[in-house]
This record gives sequence, structure tokens and C-alpha cells, in this order.
Amino acid sequence: MIPYRKLFIVIAGFLLFTSAQAAEVSKHARGLAASCSACHGTDGKSEGGMPELAGLDRMLFITSMKEFKSGARPATVMHQHAKGYTDEEFALLADFFAAQKRH
Amino acid sequence: MSFSRRDFIKASAAGIVVGVFPGCATSGGEIVKKTGQRVVIVGGGFGGATAAKYIRKWSDNKIEVVLIERNPLFISCPMSNTVLGGSRTIEDLTLSYDVLKKKYGINLIKGEVTAIDPEKQTVMLADGHLSYDRLIVAPGVDFMFDKIEGLDAKVADASIPHAWKAGAQTVMLRKQLVAMPDGGVFALSIPKGPYRCPPGPYERACQVAHYLKNNKPKSKVLILDANPDITSKKGLFMAAWNELYPGMIEYRPNSMVTAVNADTRTAKTEFEDVKADVLNVIPPMRSGVVADMAGLATVDARWCGVDFLTYESKARRNIHVIGDAVSAALPKSGHMATSQAKVAAAAIIEMLQGERPDQNPTIANTCYSVVSDKEAMHVANVYRYNAEKQVMVSAEGGGVSAKRSELEGAFAGYWLKNILNDVLL
Repeated sequence: MIPYRKLFIVIAGFLLFTSAQAAEVSKHARGLAASCSACHGTDGKSEGGMPELAGLDRMLFITSMKEFKSGARPATVMHQHAKGYTDEEFALLADFFAAQKRH
Repeated sequence: MSFSRRDFIKASAAGIVVGVFPGCATSGGEIVKKTGQRVVIVGGGFGGATAAKYIRKWSDNKIEVVLIERNPLFISCPMSNTVLGGSRTIEDLTLSYDVLKKKYGINLIKGEVTAIDPEKQTVMLADGHLSYDRLIVAPGVDFMFDKIEGLDAKVADASIPHAWKAGAQTVMLRKQLVAMPDGGVFALSIPKGPYRCPPGPYERACQVAHYLKNNKPKSKVLILDANPDITSKKGLFMAAWNELYPGMIEYRPNSMVTAVNADTRTAKTEFEDVKADVLNVIPPMRSGVVADMAGLATVDARWCGVDFLTYESKARRNIHVIGDAVSAALPKSGHMATSQAKVAAAAIIEMLQGERPDQNPTIANTCYSVVSDKEAMHVANVYRYNAEKQVMVSAEGGGVSAKRSELEGAFAGYWLKNILNDVLL
């Protein structure tokens, strides 16, 4: 007889593990993004002046950050912040902001 | 010397710690009925208010939050130097705590903490106590008036304001500036670091000079700096002083004020007695004294040592410290306090839910200095956790403005609007 019970436990365990990992990644992204809100508003929802990051297309976000980092795109502040983050962090931030509703 | 967690456990087991906290036997009982997991926060400044809001927001309102604050209103210290220059009023920087109460369901208690019992996990106030699962102490700074002869809190309130916490003293200093005769001297003294807002005093010199240039052009700003050099944005400030206010600002390094005479408005340094028309003495600072109620000031008996993954105190379990009170290679700024608050908020939620906090917190700081009614400049940095050294370190690429500009002046205003919204609304 196939040990369904055992199989179930293995699959459930795997699913739990992967969802816990995903949650950890998104919480890390949320934490990274939280520092941006002083200028760009809570969850990237700008209250004026600064560009809105909430709902921004992820490719646009990543490209902008890379251009700030390389100096291809001039800025007053963002070239300095961009140099402090890795490409992996740009992707996490892009996912986080793309998932936020514009306001 | 620091008091490690292990030391604390040993001390508790030996019965040394138990019973040394006066005021435990308050008669008023639990001020707010505790129905679930609860975080109590002492201090509603940039750090404390942010932690309150984000614990509610990120826990889907599952964790109770009680915020204790003695002031009825929130007044932003960032940008308060512009009240001296005249481009803002103190009302522009004043916000209510109402939204935190109504929108986020935070229990706001107006009052002062009289004692903390880390063993019973209880905070005492005059009319009762509050139990907590986790306590956040966000006390900001207090002033070490005993380091300056002739100065105390009363003298500061009456005639020699520091105006280093925005509010009544900011308004008084502006009035003194307006009442100053043309040809007078505005003397500003800066304490040795670390102090709240490193570029703040140099920004203040600009704002005062801006007012004087337009209203009392024969007057002078004299900076008595206890530090050996300008501690922040040096090139930018020197350019602003020389180009915007030529001949108006005199800078004297290594000039620690050790005594004042309130009657004659005289400040004494090692080298000279300086008589001024307006005397603005910023005293040395330490973590807010509330920290001492739980023995949290582990570094030089002045600043609070914390674990940078959670902001839990190095001295006490279940007590976290955030903001200017923390001992760190992080600037003591409003933005930094909010970033620390969010790391602490996330970690506390995760720990209360039995999960592991983020092991790689990465935070950013952007700090604008406004040098006239229009122009500003900034310093910006990303800081990341170094697991080996267990400290926050500056990431690559941070720095200051290439030059001050009106564009950055506008950005400084947008920064204020967005950060206040993030903290309180």
C-alpha cells in the first residue's frame, strides 16, 4: 500500500517550507522599501512632490535604479542611494512597489 | 561596561534585580485593559509614533499598542530651524496624534512614566500601570545641563534657549532674534558629538544669518563649536556661509562652552568670555532619562546599546530602544529614527508570532539642510547590518549634494510632507 499519509506530510512540509521562504523574502522586501517612505510616501504612495513608487512597473523601477547607480541618469539624491543597494535588492524593491496600489 | 543578557539572567536568578524598582506598588491598576499581545511604547516622537503605527499596520491590527507621550501635540524638530529664518511657523510643523488613535486604533496615553519593572513587564504612571509583552523605549535625547555652570532647564526655558527640541523654545529664540538690535551678536554653541542632528547647528547658523541679512545686516552670528571642525556637510556649509552670508558668520572650533551667565548673556569657554545679544547654548546630550528607569544606557552611561536585528536592549530582555537614544554609527536624525522603528516593529511582530526576524536589515537616511528661504542640500546614505561585527555600517555610495540648490529646497519640503504623513497619518 502506498503510504499516502507519509507522502502528504512530505508534500505539506515542502509547501510550508516554500511559503515560509516566500514570506521571509517579501518581509525583507517590505523592510527594504520601508526606508523609502520618508521621501516617497508610505508604501511608495507619495503625498506630493516626490515620484510615486506604488504601482510602478517593475522593469521601469529596476532600469531607473540601475541608471541612477551607473550615473547614466543624473539625480540630486538617488544616485547615492542606488549605489548602496545590490541588483537583487532592486528586484525585491521592484516587486514590492509593483504590488502596491497607486493612490 | 555593558550588562549582558546572561548577566541579567544571573542577577535575576540571584534575586539581585528583583525589588530594586520603586513605584511598583501603584494602586491605580491596569490603565488600559490588556486583552491580547501588547506592545507599550514610551515616547511619541519620530521613532515612537512610527513604531506604533507600523506595529498596527503590519500585524493587521492584531497586536495592541499603547503609546505614552507627555506632550499633547507632535512638533517636528526637522525643519524647525526655518522657523528662526522666518519661512515657516511652528504651527506649520505641529500635528495631532488623532489619526494614530482613530485610524490605527492606538491607545494614546498622555502622561509620564514614573518607573519600569522589567521583571514584571510593567510600566508605571502616576495613575496606574500598563503591562506589556514588549516595551519600546523611544525617549529621544535629554540635555546634560550639569556640564554647563549656570545653565539648567529653567534658565533654558526663561532666557537661554537651546531650542533643540522644537516647540516653545523655538518660538522664544525667534522672538529674541527679532528683538535683537542691528549690529548685535547671535552666539550659538555646539556640544561635542554625538548629539541630535549633526548638521542642525550649522543649518541654524544659516537660517539666523538669512533673517539678519534681510533685517539687521550689521549683525553677526558667532558659532562656538566644541568640536575640532564642522561635523557634517563641511564644504557645503562653508560655501553657503561665504557666498550667501559673506562676513556674517564667524566660526570658532574647539570652543566648548563650560559656563553661562544668564543676567549678562555671557558664555564662557576655555579661552574667552563671549557676550551676546542672543545666546543659544545647545548643551551636551544623552539618551532621554527614561532609559535609566530600566538601566538601558549601557554605553558611557549615556547611550543605549541594542541588537541591531531587533533593537532589543543589550541590558534587558523584551525592552527595545529606538531613535536618538541608541548608541550606533548611525546619524541621530528623524529619518533614521523612523527606519529603526520599522526594523524594530517588524522584528517585534515576528518574535511575538514565534518567527525569526529579518537577518539582513538595510535602511536609508536622507537628511536635508535648508540654508536660506529657498536653497537646501542633503546627505544620503544606506546602512546595512554587518553580521560579523553585529553593527550597522555605511554602504557604498553615500554622500552629500554636489551643491546647494533651489531644487533641493523644494525636495526638502516634499521630504517633510511625506515623512510626517508616514509617521502620523
